[in-house]
Amino acid sequence: MTSINSKFILLTLLIFFLGSISLKAQDDLLKELDKEQDTQKDFVSATFKGTRLINGHSVETKKKKELDFLISHRFGTLNSGFDDLFGLDASNIRLALEYGVTDFINLGVGRSSFEKNYDGFLKVRVLRQSQGAKSMPISLTAFASVVIKTLKSTDPEADESFSDRMFYSYQLLLARKFNERLSLQLMPTLIHRNQVPAQTLDNDIFALGVGGRFKFTKRMSLNLEYYYQFNDIIQGVNQNVLAIGIDIETGGHVFQLQFTNAQAMIEKGFIAETTGDFFEGDIHFGFNISRTFQLGKSSKKTKAINNE
Amino acid sequence: MKKHAIFCLLYLISGFLHLTAQTQFITRNGKATFFSRAPLENIEASNQQVLSILDTQKGEIAVSMLMKAFKFEKALMEEHFNENYVESAKYPKASFKGVIKNLNAINFTKDGKYTANVQGEINIHGKSKLITTTGTVTIKEHKITIDSKFNLTVKDFEIKIPKLLIDNIAETVEVTLHLAYEPHKP
Repeated sequence: MTSINSKFILLTLLIFFLGSISLKAQDDLLKELDKEQDTQKDFVSATFKGTRLINGHSVETKKKKELDFLISHRFGTLNSGFDDLFGLDASNIRLALEYGVTDFINLGVGRSSFEKNYDGFLKVRVLRQSQGAKSMPISLTAFASVVIKTLKSTDPEADESFSDRMFYSYQLLLARKFNERLSLQLMPTLIHRNQVPAQTLDNDIFALGVGGRFKFTKRMSLNLEYYYQFNDIIQGVNQNVLAIGIDIETGGHVFQLQFTNAQAMIEKGFIAETTGDFFEGDIHFGFNISRTFQLGKSSKKTKAINNE
Repeated sequence: MKKHAIFCLLYLISGFLHLTAQTQFITRNGKATFFSRAPLENIEASNQQVLSILDTQKGEIAVSMLMKAFKFEKALMEEHFNENYVESAKYPKASFKGVIKNLNAINFTKDGKYTANVQGEINIHGKSKLITTTGTVTIKEHKITIDSKFNLTVKDFEIKIPKLLIDNIAETVEVTLHLAYEPHKP
């Protein structure tokens, strides 16, 4: 009799317990749904508006099947005076195409009028900043580029082989979007040049870039970028490159207007070969215009359809 | 025996509570789409992770979804949607909480199609609005499905469209919901 009794008590308690749980669940339907949702991982998007911070790359990559046409200009220096209309007469251009092979792998090619440089690059997103379960504090993108300089040397005696004209750049781009307005980025950089202009110069250049953006409206932001170079500066040859710019976004376009002491628009140029001094007025006005074309359905959409 | 009587009573009460809980139904993969028809382009996005709970006894319904889960045809549209329009970082969710006004007209245990008149509060971009709409409740082999289609005016939720893009984005978007429920076991 006692064993039946205790089983009965146990069962009763259990059922009562279950009943009280169900009772709790009825409180507020929306709160109940909140519980379901909180476990989802949330990736941070749009750390920067464009794939360029100003001169250099940002952690952003084009999404799968997006093709970006990028037109960049740097005019002459502001201190060239009225005769050159503060640099507007002298202009150099870089035209480039960048393509999203996947959301995380980008390929790009470009041609600069400055030194008639051809460049190709690979950009790979390694980490994405995220919130929620297993969050990640930063985004990390790796960047590598090859440049071939095709401008003939002014020295008729010079006999430059093809490999003498090659340059390599490697960067790690680390960024964090602190809030909707502020994003900061660090860019450790290595540049290798097969041939140097003078024997005393190093073939490998190490530099560290810092930069960031402050969004002051939904579609505009103020950007800053500075690269500190560890090699040539010591020998008094080059200058560190500073850039200050504004991003304006309008639908499929991103306009970037900037002031910088660099003339080149590729890494080996603006990091390793800038000679102008920003604070002496050797400032180039310039702009980047990017236009994005969607060449097919984005990967996520296709996935969503497959799930159905 | 006195003890037994008390336990029997408890048993009955808890059993009753348990039964009422069976009137809740949930979906975790409901579908919400919106469609914007503008002179320059049509924009369509869909969210396949819509959460919803339906209480068939009280006639209450709640819907909640993450704005970031909306997928667009163009990746850039998705970025602009989240960054510039609905501001997903600030307002991650859209939600609805309402009641079925004509609950008596719907028999959740009998197969058939019923029209539900729903009234409630919708919250998008941190702004709430009272709406009245209709939904089709389909009961088939004890499975409850709700379909609804209604229009929302972007301006009501203080989502601003720049003049420059007025030809790209419609001022009124058509929202479609498809919610297939399962019994909710808390």
